[in-house]
Amino acid sequence: MDLTYSAEHQAFRREVLVFLEAHHHAAPKGGGAAQRPSAEAVAWQKLLIAHGYAARTIPKAYGGYGAAPDILKSRIIGEEFARAGVPPGLQSQGISMLVPTLLELGTEDQKRQWIGPTIHGEVIWCQGYSEPGSGSDLASLQTRATEDGDDFVINGQKIWTSTAREADMIFCLVRTEPDKGKHDGISYLIFSMKTPGIEVRPLVTMTGHAEFNETFFTDVRVPKSQIVGKRGQGWFVANATLKHERGMLGDPGQLESRFLALAELMRTETAGDGRIMDNPILRDRLLRLQAELAAMKFNGLRVLSASANGGDAGLARLIVKLQACELAHQISALAIDALGELGVLYESSPHLRAHGGWQQAYMFQLGLIIGGGTAQIQKNIIAERGLGMPREPKLATDGGRL
Amino acid sequence: MDFGLSSEQRMLQDAVTRYLSEQSPLGHVRDIAAAATPYSPDVATGLADLGVPGVIIPAEFGGMGLGLLEAALVAEALGFSVAPVHFAGAHVMAPLAILLGGSDSQQRAWLPKLASGAARAAVAVSQAVEGRDGVGVVARDGWLDGTALFVLDAADADLFVVADTTGALHLVAADAPGLTQIPLTTIDKTRSVGELRMTGVKADPLAGGGGRTTRRIIDAGRIMLAADILGAGTAMIEQAVAYAGTRVQFGRPIGSFQAVKHMCAEMAAALEPCRSLVWYAAHAFDHAPDESTLMACHAKSHLSEVGRFVARTSTEVHGGMGFTDLAGLHYWFKRIGLDRQLLGGPELVRNEAARVQGWIAV
Repeated sequence: MDLTYSAEHQAFRREVLVFLEAHHHAAPKGGGAAQRPSAEAVAWQKLLIAHGYAARTIPKAYGGYGAAPDILKSRIIGEEFARAGVPPGLQSQGISMLVPTLLELGTEDQKRQWIGPTIHGEVIWCQGYSEPGSGSDLASLQTRATEDGDDFVINGQKIWTSTAREADMIFCLVRTEPDKGKHDGISYLIFSMKTPGIEVRPLVTMTGHAEFNETFFTDVRVPKSQIVGKRGQGWFVANATLKHERGMLGDPGQLESRFLALAELMRTETAGDGRIMDNPILRDRLLRLQAELAAMKFNGLRVLSASANGGDAGLARLIVKLQACELAHQISALAIDALGELGVLYESSPHLRAHGGWQQAYMFQLGLIIGGGTAQIQKNIIAERGLGMPREPKLATDGGRL
Repeated sequence: MDFGLSSEQRMLQDAVTRYLSEQSPLGHVRDIAAAATPYSPDVATGLADLGVPGVIIPAEFGGMGLGLLEAALVAEALGFSVAPVHFAGAHVMAPLAILLGGSDSQQRAWLPKLASGAARAAVAVSQAVEGRDGVGVVARDGWLDGTALFVLDAADADLFVVADTTGALHLVAADAPGLTQIPLTTIDKTRSVGELRMTGVKADPLAGGGGRTTRRIIDAGRIMLAADILGAGTAMIEQAVAYAGTRVQFGRPIGSFQAVKHMCAEMAAALEPCRSLVWYAAHAFDHAPDESTLMACHAKSHLSEVGRFVARTSTEVHGGMGFTDLAGLHYWFKRIGLDRQLLGGPELVRNEAARVQGWIAV
């Protein structure tokens, strides 16, 4: 157990602090991660890449900073930006999922064409994975791509395509070999969202906002060269990116800032005879969440250390998505309860607290518990891969794909 | 930067785990639980050969001179095997009290004997955790009077570390005139808890044994109890997973049913981060004193909650068998139940955590 950083890492932390001191004024205000980034955000991203605080390990040839992977330096950047309250670089599915996939499995042309504009926020991507009939059982997807000359012709429907309205491009799983087993007949295509035959319909969720969309494909023609990996290997390609998505959903730094906001709310807001913090029941719930948060934070350090040392923390890693999403939801739930009647106010109501963010988060975080592998799928993974428990026997079907 | 255990730390824990699996199997635990005193001198002697009683005692006094993290790893191993021996009080809190608060002569008199296992110490600080009517030890002009409850590791003690009503600590020899020892019977027959009644007992105060030392040993004790729960919970999950893999109903192992599988996954998901919390709390005790009380509170309260969930759920995975004496699971269930309440239940401990952070008035 050595929680001190090496001289090299300490020096790196000082560099980050110097940068933040000099440049924090240039950081964009407000989030808007799921939207098209503002000109201000794009300029900020460019500055961060130039200093190696975004796209840090992306090779220079593809527009990145070109540093060797160093998970501790990445963590130092994350910590110091969070501590300074300065937004980090752009976060999008293009950057977190497509770029790592192209780096791992793309052709040289694909890397040169797409990685640079994507990490600079010039090209926005959406993800075409889930379908109405294929959620947890993603590999059963039915969107078809049939060959016609030099093109694939795509027909079908995707759902949960966040940013589809703003996106320039989509990375999409389609079935190219319907006669093969369900995992073996899928291909991973990338194509423009302006291609004729694509229709996007906003999908309004319980929050009242359309954070997602449904995307329909009718005879959408895509050149065969726009495949990533080999034909029929799309499942393998997609799993390379799902790995990145699950890592993204369990960021303990984000949880910590939500918790600190909740503690601040309870220290400052009054209800009844005193501060909310003086209510022993609500306070007990707060401390309970704080202890769990501490456990998740140190669990995160353990996972980080294991991977920095070339190992794998096993169970400690497998439980992150399930536990972190639930904890985030519980933090929001307590904020609502602490606010009492004020907790129900929403949108632009008078007397609203935190811009209605606690209710918004409480509902949206339920979506995160379900999305990216439901809690129940996570439990199957933990039990089968983490604890070695027996798999569910498969049902015999009449020639159906299993 | 490495958040993990060194190979030496793993070896220490493995040595204790291996020794206990060979010399203190469930059959031995049953024998001790059925005997008059919940304490196994044979296992204690074997552990002394491994150096366990001196784990945190400096080498100059014949101990291993290790930190609280190593002690937590030993505690975890003891919990894993529900070992019927002392630890948190006898081998961590008591020597720590003498190290932090004792004079040179008190240290020389006791630490070598405690390190070798030649003498055993128990700890009576319950009143400093949570006051109770009719309980409390009053120190007056070098004499102690009153009652102490929930004395940790009471059986077979040669020495008691006793907190008075002001939080100051005293050493009391077990054979001191005016001292009466009464064993308390708890749900857990693997750990010894007692009561002391004192009428004009000669006190040997720890000069540096004021409130801060008492605070420190309570923090350390809470981390050890949390580690004990971690070990016991780990053992219960292992048993539940193993049982679910072999027990067949409806023509298939019950572990292949999602209802059962998800119970196991929920236990593992709740307990696994606790491992890192216990490690960090123990590490912080030695290396980050500003955080150590808060982290000790978090470890104790969180492990108590997760431990209760694991104890109950792993029993349910075993179905009716889990409820029987035959399965023996109840030894772990009760050990977790005991650890949860000692040195403060989770609600009390969380309130302290709020105070430590200045969220409510001290």
